[in-house]
Amino acid sequence: MLWSLFFSQLFNGVQLGMLLFLLASGLTLVFGIMNFVNLSHGSFYMLGAYFAAATLAYTGSFLVAGVVGIGGTMVLALAVERLALRRLYARDHLIQVLATLGLIMFFNEAVRMIWGSQPLFTAQPAWASGSISLGGLNYPTYRLLIIGAGIAVALGSYLLIHRTRIGMLVRASSTHPEVVAALGVNARQLNTLLFSVGAGLAALAGWLVGPIVSVQSGMGDTVLILALVVIVIGGIGSIRGAFFASLMVGLVDTFGRAYMPQLLRGFLERTVADAAGPALASMLIYLFMAVVLALKPGGLFPVKR
Amino acid sequence: MGGLPYIPVATQKETALKSKTLALAISAAFSLVAGAAAQAQTPVKIGLMAELSGPQAALGQDKLDALNLIVERNGGKLGGVPVQILRRDTQLKPEIANQIADELVEKEKVNFVVGLSFSNIFMAVSKKLTSAGVIVVGSGAGPAPLAGAQCSPNLFVVSKQNDQFAEAMGKYAADKAYKRVIAIAPNYQAGKDFVGGFKRRYTTQLVDEIYTPLNQLDFSAELARIASEKPDAVYAFLPGGLGVSFVRAYQQAGLMTRIPLLSVSTVDGTTLPALKDVAVGAKHASAWGPDLANPVSKKFVEDFTAKYKRIPSEYAAQTYDAVMLIDSALAKTKGNVADVKALTTAMRAADFPSVRGKFKFNTNNFPIQDFYVFEVVKDAQGQATLKTIGKPLVDAADAYVAQCPMKG
Repeated sequence: MLWSLFFSQLFNGVQLGMLLFLLASGLTLVFGIMNFVNLSHGSFYMLGAYFAAATLAYTGSFLVAGVVGIGGTMVLALAVERLALRRLYARDHLIQVLATLGLIMFFNEAVRMIWGSQPLFTAQPAWASGSISLGGLNYPTYRLLIIGAGIAVALGSYLLIHRTRIGMLVRASSTHPEVVAALGVNARQLNTLLFSVGAGLAALAGWLVGPIVSVQSGMGDTVLILALVVIVIGGIGSIRGAFFASLMVGLVDTFGRAYMPQLLRGFLERTVADAAGPALASMLIYLFMAVVLALKPGGLFPVKR
Repeated sequence: MGGLPYIPVATQKETALKSKTLALAISAAFSLVAGAAAQAQTPVKIGLMAELSGPQAALGQDKLDALNLIVERNGGKLGGVPVQILRRDTQLKPEIANQIADELVEKEKVNFVVGLSFSNIFMAVSKKLTSAGVIVVGSGAGPAPLAGAQCSPNLFVVSKQNDQFAEAMGKYAADKAYKRVIAIAPNYQAGKDFVGGFKRRYTTQLVDEIYTPLNQLDFSAELARIASEKPDAVYAFLPGGLGVSFVRAYQQAGLMTRIPLLSVSTVDGTTLPALKDVAVGAKHASAWGPDLANPVSKKFVEDFTAKYKRIPSEYAAQTYDAVMLIDSALAKTKGNVADVKALTTAMRAADFPSVRGKFKFNTNNFPIQDFYVFEVVKDAQGQATLKTIGKPLVDAADAYVAQCPMKG
């Protein structure tokens, strides 16, 4: 009985980790390679969820909703980059924070003006709602889909960055932008492409996660913080770091929430344990980040410059 | 707006004196007339303080829509006199609410303030408003201090006292003789209050009390804990987006059919449109539901649905009652808002058609009312809505009335 709970919590931790990875991958790409603090990453996640939910209501097809969600957000990101963010690449990080924070507020209200204040309805596709029995435990199929998507994105980004020409250019321009420019590569276009891809990854997360959370204005704000914690732990700019960090954060958070209150009840009075347990559990991932940074200030897999 | 006319003074001294007297007489007469006209023209000012932006805007929107439904239906009048509605967005920030309260009192000189969905906002502004002679009609939160030691003759709450929905669900759980119940709520003051209210009526010790972070993304860990404990019922208070995530996960984990979900403020008019069929089977405790049988409620639901194309939530219904209460009071005083005491006496009488059927104030200006338990079902049109399945509390008063110094 205890073991089956342990395994189902393990599964939950992995699944939360993959959810976080989908969110963090785009952020670390933009932050690491373009050295651009993009807080509006959470807004692209939200827009992906909204576009997908709206398309789902219109067409009834989950996959079409995904295409429109991701494609629409990427186009929007191109426009945002060209109009607002292009001139900020060389500026101080604080200016970038201020500008993208403004974008967050802009998109939050825009979404509320277009779709209203109530959470939007969205649903899992019929072919993925159900559960698969693995060793006596029922795992929802949709959650397995999310794990699969996370692994696919991880592999895809790894192949893109390390095995393609574009990826080589991206890696080179992050460490030696002048040399790459001198070789005749249009650095501006590369940056725009990268920014768009980052937004696309955020939108992918929004599309997949939409059916299991609430699609509403401001939904990107809370996940942004989690994504930042993950990329700081993993090492900014490293997809591999983001992958492992999100797995670890997912497991630490899940096991903390699952077992911390009971653990405290073991040696504290019940009312104290009930009060302290949840507080401690919610602090765990930040404590974890502090410990990692104390031991390895660049994160777990720092990108060498 | 009743200004003094310009009467040129004559150059000759005698005619000057005569003209001056004439001018004085005319202007005096004018100002009397103008004054009377201004009195009749100045509309009664009602401020709506609600959250109109941000994640909680759904509640504010319902309140605004209910208010506009009545005012527009009455041609811009309440109690036979014209009213001016000033809508203000608190953005769920007490500092902004304070600024708004200052503005409404000093610049706009409002007569009433309605709305106030959240306890922290309510507590921040209530003293400032009531001590300035503004009549506050709360149609959302019902903080305990305002029902107890800090009650005021200018303060009315038509919705409920915060603990009462939780108490109603607790009584329901006790009546159903559930032996093992697990409670889950967010880890903040309201979460603790809602679990405390439940425990006041459900006195068997809870198997577990789970408090989750306010920004929780995924409830799988908590659901795995709940599933492994196998309780008889789960009591949940998870408002807004948290509720949507939790109820979805609860249903997907197959728990909705196995373990009854007793919820408060989790599946209501603002989250059901996002949940739809997924919430079917969940129970919900409140003082009002869209299927209540009295004619006032039926007409309200019909009118609201026809105008706004969605089923009203209890937040809209409470605001509807608040505005109808103001309407009845203004009718009683014939639109005279200068005598605040007469107005509050008219308010206390609560002589208005309520969507709850009957309505009565307790000595602390909080309601004495029935509480129902509803179940989420699919109606004839396939929409997810609430159906009454029980009435655990009848003519219930709140737990803090004894601490209020007002004795009726």
